[in-house]
Amino acid sequence: MPKELWKGNEAIAEAAVRAGLEAYFGYPITPQTEILEYLSRRLPELGRAFVQAESELGAINMVYGAACTGVRVMSSSSSPGVSLMMEGLSYIAGTEVPAVLVNVMRGGPGLGNIAPAQGDYYQAVRGGGHGDYPRIVLAPASVQEAIDLMVLSFDLAEKYRMITMMILDGSVGQMMEPAEMPAMQEIRRKDFKWATNGAMNRERRILSSIYINPPDEEITNLRLLSRWKEVQNNEVRYKEYFLDDAEIIVVGFGTAGRVALSAVREARAQGIKVGLFRPITVSPFPFEALDQLTGQARAFLVTEMNTGQMLDDVQLAVRGRVPVEFYGRTGGVVPFPDEILNEIQRINTAPIAADSDPRNAWLMRMTAPHSSPLPEGEGAKR
Amino acid sequence: MTTPNLVYERPEAFTDAPTHYCPGCTHGVAHRLVAEVLDEMKVTDRTIGVAPVGCAVFAYNYFDTDFVEAPHGRAPAMATGIKRVLPDRVVFTYQGDGDLASIGMGEIVHAAARGENLTVIFINNANYGMTGGQMAPTTLPGMKTTSSPNGRDVETQGYPIKVSEMLSTLDGVGYCVRRSLHDPKNIRLAKKAIRMAFETQVRGLGFSMVELLSTCPTNWGMTPVNSLKFVEEHMIPAYPLGDYKVSDAIKQIKI
Repeated sequence: MPKELWKGNEAIAEAAVRAGLEAYFGYPITPQTEILEYLSRRLPELGRAFVQAESELGAINMVYGAACTGVRVMSSSSSPGVSLMMEGLSYIAGTEVPAVLVNVMRGGPGLGNIAPAQGDYYQAVRGGGHGDYPRIVLAPASVQEAIDLMVLSFDLAEKYRMITMMILDGSVGQMMEPAEMPAMQEIRRKDFKWATNGAMNRERRILSSIYINPPDEEITNLRLLSRWKEVQNNEVRYKEYFLDDAEIIVVGFGTAGRVALSAVREARAQGIKVGLFRPITVSPFPFEALDQLTGQARAFLVTEMNTGQMLDDVQLAVRGRVPVEFYGRTGGVVPFPDEILNEIQRINTAPIAADSDPRNAWLMRMTAPHSSPLPEGEGAKR
Repeated sequence: MTTPNLVYERPEAFTDAPTHYCPGCTHGVAHRLVAEVLDEMKVTDRTIGVAPVGCAVFAYNYFDTDFVEAPHGRAPAMATGIKRVLPDRVVFTYQGDGDLASIGMGEIVHAAARGENLTVIFINNANYGMTGGQMAPTTLPGMKTTSSPNGRDVETQGYPIKVSEMLSTLDGVGYCVRRSLHDPKNIRLAKKAIRMAFETQVRGLGFSMVELLSTCPTNWGMTPVNSLKFVEEHMIPAYPLGDYKVSDAIKQIKI
């Protein structure tokens, strides 16, 4: 298919349709509302289901119901709305049905703002809902990648009977870029052995997340973990840039990774041996790849649009063998490439103690009177 | 030789599982009426039930149909998701008053307002049964529960919610009635209403709900017989039985 100019949110919506999306349930919230608006027109014209729900609670439970029948179903929201969906996500995970959720993240906590942010990493990757459950989380950095990962999300959700969440920040949702759409897939309802779609002469089925007998729940949780191990073995995805001889390795996902790539290119032009590692699956996190890179690295620099969340996972991979530094902008502020370039230059020249806490060190720099990137005088006030 | 006279038979839409309900509780009666209606309409095979959180959380063990189990209050949303992708199936929720009229008020009102072709069996026994008899939105003024030990004080704890009256104001509702399970005559009327509710659904005439005034002897601290009397003497005056909305198309249905 030829490339066309697509807005991120609309591209996601169309990609989902082409991946066989049969039902969408959502609630308006900036900066993802175009997904809902687009599908409110597109799905009915194809004779597929669209409901604007009364709330995110309603939306995710409609997703839960439709997911139990085995069709491809999704919702989308942004940070505060995704918080409301956490109840449903936990039930979906506990019932082991496939469902897809897109979170176009915005500044938080609380009502926050509508600017791009990555503050929901912990919520997405670590859980968010109650109980022991794994989930797949994909983090695109461009409109094209969002399209490709949207299609993949449905395949993964079905394959592992697991929630697949795509987290992108508002800038990927709102930006327009040339991108290529996949071909339209035909709807082929699969005969899943678990789906509650009306008995129709077979044994009747029950789908629930109740295991009232604790040993049964324990077995279920271990089954979920075993399935997660399969996901970890088969589905880790990441991109590497200029890593062959890199001594400083920048790690960033989504937009933060994309901005960092500009900084890495500029630093390379200045002769600094630096590369970029961009996780695409932030869950399962590419621990092994980072573990191997630790052998060649002098230092890591983690860049995020939050106060250091994926930082924890990078530190788990590096295990203190070389220094890990952090640079973040938060609350809806997107870093400029120059800011990350400054960090690369600083790490390249200044000695770093391996035992210093990167988050604390960053906070000190952010709030120092003279070196802070915050507006004049703001650093000292905070 | 006398011919055996069959006076009791399990509905085919029932499994063989004995229920876990307390002696004297009317959940069993309500379950049986639903099962008999599914049998009569011959729709068991294409029915999908949605169980609530509450005493009926294990309803799926008793009906021989596909079943899912919803988060507390969210059954109408789950049912919406199912029905929208499988419009030719029969979908019903079975919900208590805590589930439907408190935590799930948003979901039930909007499912009704959208005119979802669902059937809701709403059990009103004026308290939260499963958690041990706390005050529900339907608890009568002055009624003692474990969380209104001095009786429900309307000054601080508000007034009972009359769900059937409220939902019947919505244009998406095709059928909305209140019945009681306190004696055989009313049980027969309740069954007819459940049949009409499912008929509403299969004919695509909009949202349908039957509210059933029910007993909770364990948490009310009464014998089963006194519980039935309580329904008749106290519940019905507060929650009048009647047809709150029966759309014209449904009035034409002859069964």
